[in-house]
Amino acid sequence: MLELDEVGLRYGGGDVLRGVSFQVPEGEFRWLVGPSGAGKTSLLRVLHLAVRPSSGRMVMLGEAIGPRSGSRGRLALLRRQIGMVFQEFRLLPHLDAFDNVALPLRLAGRPEGQVRVDVMELLAWVGLSRKVRRLPAELSGGEQQRVAIARAVVGRPSLLLADEPTGNLDDVQAERLMLLFQEMNRLGATVVVATHNQGLVERHPAHTLALRDGVLVRDG
Amino acid sequence: MAERPHNRTGEPAYRRARVRRGRADDLGVRRAVSGRMLLALVGAMAFLAALAMAGLAGASALAGHWRAAGDELTVQVPDPAMLGRVMAALLAAPGVVEARAVDPAALEAALEPWLGAGAGRVGLALPAVVAVRLAPGTSAEALAAAVPGASVEAHEPWLRRLAALLWRLEASAAAVVGVVGLVAAAVVAVATRAGLALRREAIEIVHGLGATDGFIAGRFARRAGRLAGWGGLLGVLGAAPVLAGLVATGFELAPGRDMAEAAARAVPPALWAGFAAVPVAAGMIGWGTAQVTVRRWLRRLP
Repeated sequence: MLELDEVGLRYGGGDVLRGVSFQVPEGEFRWLVGPSGAGKTSLLRVLHLAVRPSSGRMVMLGEAIGPRSGSRGRLALLRRQIGMVFQEFRLLPHLDAFDNVALPLRLAGRPEGQVRVDVMELLAWVGLSRKVRRLPAELSGGEQQRVAIARAVVGRPSLLLADEPTGNLDDVQAERLMLLFQEMNRLGATVVVATHNQGLVERHPAHTLALRDGVLVRDG
Repeated sequence: MAERPHNRTGEPAYRRARVRRGRADDLGVRRAVSGRMLLALVGAMAFLAALAMAGLAGASALAGHWRAAGDELTVQVPDPAMLGRVMAALLAAPGVVEARAVDPAALEAALEPWLGAGAGRVGLALPAVVAVRLAPGTSAEALAAAVPGASVEAHEPWLRRLAALLWRLEASAAAVVGVVGLVAAAVVAVATRAGLALRREAIEIVHGLGATDGFIAGRFARRAGRLAGWGGLLGVLGAAPVLAGLVATGFELAPGRDMAEAAARAVPPALWAGFAAVPVAAGMIGWGTAQVTVRRWLRRLP
């Protein structure tokens, strides 16, 4: 269960989120839509625990989090249950594709043998099994996006967040990604995907959260 | 299962990648924290610390030696013919542990730098000298009354001033060691902050993936501790020839003796232990400073 209650976020002297409240039952899918600057990325950053909300409170994966509540150690453990696909990939430039994807598993202390199996499986699934040694700079934008997606899902997160995940993918890869999200959903993960791609939303209709000027204007 | 690319030896490509880059440096700390700069600066600090420790040990040894001399005094007998009576009176006086007449030849040898050779033969009257060791707490004035006609030279007043000087020297040397430690910590902190600035994005990424403060701080601390430890070792090794030269001069090593052996005998065991501790202490300072610096820096992240 993901629950936000009057969550606000101040950044750079202004309110980028104001009084956002919604609930997402475990294992459900949500589209997050809205025009540029509406606060989609900010909301995803709050859900990813990259920033604490400035006001309000939220319950994520059973943990209450507010402007001052939630210990640092506990938040770190919670982040391991959250997969995030960033709009700008955010791969570590000095690590190759394999080590980038392996990072969440190693942080979680998984045995190296299991890490190899899981990482190779995911890299094969995203079509990069022949490029495991490539550094991000040696991969195209779409390939980097696929590495980022593999990294986000390799730990089988309870909550999967994606910020414009299809922005650098062709139509075929975008559809494959939607299949992956649906599969994660089926396995019990809660999935929230922010997108501008209206066509994608129409092809995969689901419960939608719409933001405008930092305010939630639609939940349904 | 996915197809796994192999190299000519049949080793999976991903394993080669692991060997090539390794996971111990997920954050790229090796490049972020400059090795040469930290080695050189901590090495210089360790060099100074080793010299200061040697100074501290030397001052302590001298202070101990002279403190022991505080219970000794010298009795000068202007007429050497009276030496027998003075000796008898000294040995009978309470509190005298030992009274030993100084050999006139030894006295002449001691005065030779000032009076030239054969001072006695040219008619210069030299007094007889008796070295006396007193029981602790015995008054030199009381002893002077027991040997009329002789002059009693107590060492205690100038030894007190000398002890005060040595105490200040010891305190100064200890302060230098402390300051050097603080400067080393500051150097490590600056290098660590520079590394954090370089790896800010990588840190934010692994933080977002669930890395704890301890994981991130540990990566930097391991690097800083290792470099500081090596720097400490290099500093001590660099100080060794300088200290050997000082020991050779200070202890007036006899010509022909093996220098290293003589130096080893002259240096107190505590100082050897101190030198051995410098790299360890430098490593601990590096590790601890990096831990504190990184953990403080991470407070900006939730």
